[in-house]
Amino acid sequence: MSKRKFKIWRGDSRGGEFNQYDTDVDEGMVVLDVLHRIQAIQANDLAIRWNCKAGKCGSCSMEINGRPRLACMTRMNTFAADEVITVQPLKAFPVIKDLTCDVSWNYEQNKRIAPFKPKPRGRDGEHRMYQEDVDRVQEFRKCIECFLCQDVCHVLRDCDRKDAFVGPRFMIRVASLEMHPLDDDDRIPEIKKEYGSGMCNITKCCTETCPENINITDNGIIPLKERVVDRYYDPLARLARLFAGRKVRTKTRSEEQSR
Amino acid sequence: MAASLGNVDRRDNWKIHFRDTMRGGKFLNQWRMAELHAKQAPERVRELEEWGAVFDRTPDGLINQRNFGGHRYPRLAHVGDRTGLELIRTLQDHGVHHGIHFHMECTALRLLLDAGRIAGVAAYWRETGRFVLFRTPSVIMATGGGGKAWNVTSNSWEYTGDGAALAYEAGAELMDLEFTQFHPTGMVWPPSVRGTLVTEGVRGDGGILLNSKGERFMFDYIPKRFASETADTILEADRWPEDPSARRPPELLTRDVVARAIRAEVQAGRGSPHGGAFLDIASRRPADYIKRKLPSMYHQFKELAEVDITATPMEVGPTLHYFMGGIRVEADTQQTNVPGLFACGECAAGLHGANRLGGNSLSDLIVFGRLAGVGVAGYVAELTTTPRADDAQVTAAFREATDILNRESGENPYLMHEALQEVMSSNVGIVRTGEELQRAVEQLDALKIRARNLKAPGTSQYNPGWHEALSVESLLIVGEAVARAAYLREESRGAHTRLDFEGEREECARFNIVTRKGPGGEMQVDKVERSDPPKELAAIAYATLEELEGGQVE
Repeated sequence: MSKRKFKIWRGDSRGGEFNQYDTDVDEGMVVLDVLHRIQAIQANDLAIRWNCKAGKCGSCSMEINGRPRLACMTRMNTFAADEVITVQPLKAFPVIKDLTCDVSWNYEQNKRIAPFKPKPRGRDGEHRMYQEDVDRVQEFRKCIECFLCQDVCHVLRDCDRKDAFVGPRFMIRVASLEMHPLDDDDRIPEIKKEYGSGMCNITKCCTETCPENINITDNGIIPLKERVVDRYYDPLARLARLFAGRKVRTKTRSEEQSR
Repeated sequence: MAASLGNVDRRDNWKIHFRDTMRGGKFLNQWRMAELHAKQAPERVRELEEWGAVFDRTPDGLINQRNFGGHRYPRLAHVGDRTGLELIRTLQDHGVHHGIHFHMECTALRLLLDAGRIAGVAAYWRETGRFVLFRTPSVIMATGGGGKAWNVTSNSWEYTGDGAALAYEAGAELMDLEFTQFHPTGMVWPPSVRGTLVTEGVRGDGGILLNSKGERFMFDYIPKRFASETADTILEADRWPEDPSARRPPELLTRDVVARAIRAEVQAGRGSPHGGAFLDIASRRPADYIKRKLPSMYHQFKELAEVDITATPMEVGPTLHYFMGGIRVEADTQQTNVPGLFACGECAAGLHGANRLGGNSLSDLIVFGRLAGVGVAGYVAELTTTPRADDAQVTAAFREATDILNRESGENPYLMHEALQEVMSSNVGIVRTGEELQRAVEQLDALKIRARNLKAPGTSQYNPGWHEALSVESLLIVGEAVARAAYLREESRGAHTRLDFEGEREECARFNIVTRKGPGGEMQVDKVERSDPPKELAAIAYATLEELEGGQVE
């Protein structure tokens, strides 16, 4: 057991400040354990979101010594013995109280993505998909919605362009549909014009932050950008489509409706 | 999630799933629920696929199925070891496009009644601490169990028995609460993650259990009922599943059996360094296979325990995982004895009897979640008047909750919760005695008096201390119900083991234990006789495998 110093942001939407807490830390503890100990003994009303305590639910996202982390997966023995540990809420979203944020903007983005549209079943009543064809989609579906990628995304965090970009989480969400072997919807115009695929400038901060190690940029966002380029900017592809007499959508559904 | 799709082994069908479920539940399950579950699960799994779920695939492109304890055939549709997440995400993404409104972080305080019928729910928003009143003629409880009454549990903070407690207060009956499942494999080290679940998929994919002497001890714990279907030598167990004539390894016996075996090994001094058993998959499967089939277990041990499960065995021990018991419901509609109140999933009782099979929980959710919805639709359609709660109930619910904040001083809710966990863990554990159970009831009585004086400092806005105080009130009800029911069941069956009453007793198979709030506010616990099963179902459940698979049972 050792004594450790924690600086925890306490406050709400009107403002707040860092409070210091000295506490005992036992072997094997993670930051969330220490926060719970402080909560039980010194600060009963300390607001924290958490759930599974095993890196599977994505609830305890916060910024620990300046880095967006899951508190339940941040072991105390990764810090130097005398290091003060500073904990604050995610910066990209409005704070509710202490370490909790209002992340509802994310759920609004999810609603904007058109639902899965399955192809008809085969004659035997089954959907057939092969493992190698679903591996990539399954990678995206590992997402636990901790929103750490949204928190580090420069477009959302520094430029506050939530009006123009849905963020990495929802780029891979739409990628999981776009690359779903059974999905029969054409999502390219929306990816370009509504979800803002062009806003991402591939700094890969989201990928580095992802606690599920999802290769967000390389496997998700870049292929979507490529599909957009193929649709809108590739002259050869356009010619080929012209000769084949094949039509593709370039307008989003809302553009089509407003005409 | 368990469903007899028959994609991996064509011999599987609903009857075998039904038989496995009844045998796993030691024949205390509600027959009709086990029947509905086994029959409807495959259709529900296909429906999830239609809604976008991406299950692991067989070589010919169908939904893959894996082995789990107590299931005769590979039956569990899965996604690596994160099937639950896939279910959540699929329902979430489907739901947002179907006009379903999600009330995030809204906590129910009390069910409101009008002449005994449901009329609404009093609740509060965590985010602001403000109260909210939902006026509604029907409520479906889907709140899970009360694992947080124990200190070593796989359950998260929300599993505080709120649904069962609210229903009990509203006059609903609870059933089978003595059956609390200790999952055999929880993490035991480091202390801060003690209890965190290690999926049964590790054993389903070939993992074995060893004691400190390196012995595969499960061969010493095969119950008579399962002896004819379980391998009795390492040689035979190792031939399974490639050799169809080999019987299943004893590591895949039901959870109650495996949990007791690990406990017994530890008690006999053959435990692992931190008081568990060794779960070894490293020496059984190649590293890339383990990482592919069990990615989140690999990650969890690497990150939290600094153990590489592809190189060394895990240390595991029993952890409180699941309530087989809960709110008593009618099988086809999931309605309780309180008109308008429905329940499904872990907070409802009946499907699993005395012990739940792994995988039967997720399939329980999709089968009975749907039936509860259909049940509510039917109930509401037949209403001729709209029930309306009087203001007195609403005011009382809000005042009671506010008192916790307004007191000058009082008991710390977190420490009170710890005290309650201590009572349950010491006296209502994996094995029980009448003396301990009585002691638990007495100690809980004393805690109930102290709980009248719970105090949460701070304001009502996002105040976890306040929430904790409200949870303690639910846990006290559920904890007492478990202890009292366990005291009344004088036998050992499934997840309920009494040292003073060893073995199953024939006469105890004839009743379920039902708990309700008495007229004077006291807790009433009674044995309620079970009705005879339909002949066809009994024939299936009691048939031998040869008879069933040979088509001799209609």
